[in-house]
Amino acid sequence: MKRRSRTMDRAKASCWTKRAREGRWWMTVIPLYGFTILFVALPILYLIVLSFLTRAQTWGVVNQLTLENYARIVKPVYLNTFKESFQLAILTTITTLAVGYPFGYFMARLPKKRKTMMMLLVVIPFWTSALMRMYGWIIIFRSNGILDKLLMWLGVTEKPLKLLYSYPAVLVGMIYSLLPFMILSVYSSTDKMDWSLVEAARDLGATRLEAFLTVTVKMTLPGILSGIVLVFIPSMGLFFIADILGGGKVMLVGNLIQNQLQSGRDWPFAAALSVMLMIFTSIMIWLYRRLSGVKDLEGLL
Amino acid sequence: MSEIILELDGIKKRFDETDVLKGIRLSIEKGEFITFLGASGCGKTTTLRIIAGLEQPDAGRVRLNGQDVTDLEPNKRNVNTVFQNYALFPHMDVYSNVAYGLKIKKVDKREIARRVEEMLELVQLSGYEKRMPSELSGGQRQRVAIARAVINNPQVLLLDEPLGALDLQLRRQMQVELKRIQKSLGITFIYITHDQEEALNMSDRIVVMREGKFEQIGTPNQVYYHPRTSYVARFVGTANIITGCLKEMKDNLARITVGDKGEAFALATHRQASLLKPGQEVHIAVRGESMTLLREPGRGLRLSVTEKSFAGGMLRISLDGGELGELVSSRQGIDSPFGPGDLVTVFWEPEHGVFVDLEEEDEKTQ
Amino acid sequence: MKKKRLRFASIYQAALLLLMYLPIVVVVVYSFHASKSTIRWQGWSLDWYRKLAGNRGLLEALKNSLILAGLSSGAAGVIGTLGAVGMARVSWRSKGAVEYISTLPIMIPEIILGMVFMAFFAAVGLPFGMVTLVLGHTSFCIPYVFMMVKSSLVGLDKSLGEAAKDLGASEIRVFFDITLPLIMPAVLSGMLLAFAMSLDDVVISIFVTGARTNTLPIRIYTQLKSGVTPEINALCTIMLAVTFVMVGLSRMLGKKAPIN
Repeated sequence: MKRRSRTMDRAKASCWTKRAREGRWWMTVIPLYGFTILFVALPILYLIVLSFLTRAQTWGVVNQLTLENYARIVKPVYLNTFKESFQLAILTTITTLAVGYPFGYFMARLPKKRKTMMMLLVVIPFWTSALMRMYGWIIIFRSNGILDKLLMWLGVTEKPLKLLYSYPAVLVGMIYSLLPFMILSVYSSTDKMDWSLVEAARDLGATRLEAFLTVTVKMTLPGILSGIVLVFIPSMGLFFIADILGGGKVMLVGNLIQNQLQSGRDWPFAAALSVMLMIFTSIMIWLYRRLSGVKDLEGLL
Repeated sequence: MSEIILELDGIKKRFDETDVLKGIRLSIEKGEFITFLGASGCGKTTTLRIIAGLEQPDAGRVRLNGQDVTDLEPNKRNVNTVFQNYALFPHMDVYSNVAYGLKIKKVDKREIARRVEEMLELVQLSGYEKRMPSELSGGQRQRVAIARAVINNPQVLLLDEPLGALDLQLRRQMQVELKRIQKSLGITFIYITHDQEEALNMSDRIVVMREGKFEQIGTPNQVYYHPRTSYVARFVGTANIITGCLKEMKDNLARITVGDKGEAFALATHRQASLLKPGQEVHIAVRGESMTLLREPGRGLRLSVTEKSFAGGMLRISLDGGELGELVSSRQGIDSPFGPGDLVTVFWEPEHGVFVDLEEEDEKTQ
Repeated sequence: MKKKRLRFASIYQAALLLLMYLPIVVVVVYSFHASKSTIRWQGWSLDWYRKLAGNRGLLEALKNSLILAGLSSGAAGVIGTLGAVGMARVSWRSKGAVEYISTLPIMIPEIILGMVFMAFFAAVGLPFGMVTLVLGHTSFCIPYVFMMVKSSLVGLDKSLGEAAKDLGASEIRVFFDITLPLIMPAVLSGMLLAFAMSLDDVVISIFVTGARTNTLPIRIYTQLKSGVTPEINALCTIMLAVTFVMVGLSRMLGKKAPIN
């Protein structure tokens, strides 16, 4: 009897020390848990709720559930914005892939010292103010600006082209802002690639192009997919680029949301638009994970 | 009278459904150099981690100097460890690394300086105080790790394959060094290795471990010359196991018939002599270097040579043992008159044949 | 053949880099322009830097931006580092979900995050201003620190902590003596990245700022829409210099990180 109680005490003691060993570390995650729940999860939940509420006559919302906000999205005016926004996003993504893939690929093949140098050169614009860079484009595209002068000097055109506030200007701005994401994604997966596989393919009789298409592209697929996600998702929402370089002529989903919020004052509708965009984003990330089998986006940091 | 410093009392440990330790028991004396020898996965590192307090046993007690320390945190035990990869703090120089334990104990600064100097002298690293670990060679890191542990005057020093990452020459040199440090400090060393040469060279006692159990505990001499089981015989110094039928036992001298191959001889202990009966199947272990090979027929086993190879200063001659499997005889030198296909007589002095228990696994494969 | 390919790669990279830096160079060059016009070049001057020094509104916005970036990257530094360290040791079931949600702010489009905060703060009744700005920015600063620290913890040798404990250190001492110094480069580079992101942010700021709190990007944004004075060029050039220093700093920190 006495013996049994002693072993019980022991079991208890070791249980306690075990708990003590996992320790009081749980306290360190409390700020993260608290912040995430209070200022990320809760606001997102509220947005979803908001998207089902009714807009008040003058200002604010009425606590009345409705599906009308979602029904409105299907209206041709708004559906058209989605369509246009999509087109621009797809165009942006394809161009960044076409331009960025070779860059990232070549970058990974550089000798080590030059590789870090090149990395730095790619990252620096990324760290400078996006607005500053947009402003640079304004100066370039402006009527009678640098580009016009150059083209006229070369004799390509005779009159200023009025490129600013046009669709091409917005496209250039988008591609320009999002290109580093594509480059870094492709780079990071190319860098990890086992080059002996390409050599093996060549050894087995593949031409350089065949080896590239069958081995390299396949091996760098996670990077390509990650780049597509990282470019496509923001390009739906970068309303300020469309605003600054498009002068209101190009409407993105982002612009629509911003308009509804700030001029239209229709928050529930803006919330519904946001929820749609969020669902779309989640689907893309989910697809990415399914296709690439990787959990984290390549080259995000 | 020597006193017991560490006691393992029925330690058991499970990791995801596998019993890593199956209730081991051991008493270690003060000032002893004891080695846990075994293949990887035999549980020797787990044993060490349990002694250090880095792992908790599922059952059993660890007693240090008579005091139960099983539930004590590692930082509360007067035991220090030299880790397998040294685990030197990469952001601290040699001085700070060695001084760390004393700094934690809030020892006076001048005292720390004095003892660090002393320690570095002991491990022959005086003048390296300001070096960072990344600027040291493998052997030097090893010495820092030892100094860092030993400076705390632990009752027991645990060493987890400390020489594993070093090349052969450095390893031999460090073996001597370690033994010297242990002698001059008089600290109990518990040493872990899978290298039988290390174990035989340094230890006072060797614990041969296998699958979470102790196979044999004894002095290097006992383990080497009197292996208790075929596993020990094979693992320590790779012996040949010969199975046969006991023909007669006279004054502890055993004659064994080995199929149609001939006769083998072995010397039994009194206990074995009284237990073994003629006609019974027996197993003996014979080391390759104890075997003598002759071309003429005679008293011994008649076998044919299959292969001749040269490794590590030893000439190895493989013999076709039929049902016994391959037997290997080895001797110093680089050449022998025998070549593949030759029929030879193999014999040895009876005291070089040792009766062993056959382990389960061997029985299965036979 | 091989040489030809190599040359093509170099030319391609150089050309693309030139394009990438073109707008930045344009802004810098015009900050030293003697005239407001960008149509015709009229000589060099430091006028805009002088004018900038006297532009109260712009400097106020700069101050606000620096305070905002400092506070949010600081808060993210503490929350993200503690969180990453704790998450590595805690075995709660909610761990994965919380980790996922905490990285959402840099996964979803910025505009949604802005909208989310705007609606939420309005609903809660929090007055828009510096407080809401800091909360909003902290949310997207945390993931940068968290992910950086998390990946550096993965590379950290577990036996180092064990060795320190073996030498008598308590859990807390192990953290301050061993873990923290070793993950410090990751913490700092994560915070630096967060600082840069906060300093640059327009979208979320537009949604959560109050009427009286201007940050630099907001001010530049409104000016870009109405009319720009080259003081902005001057300011951007200064910021660019700051960025260069910061990138250099983070590189140095990265180099100092012990390889183990």
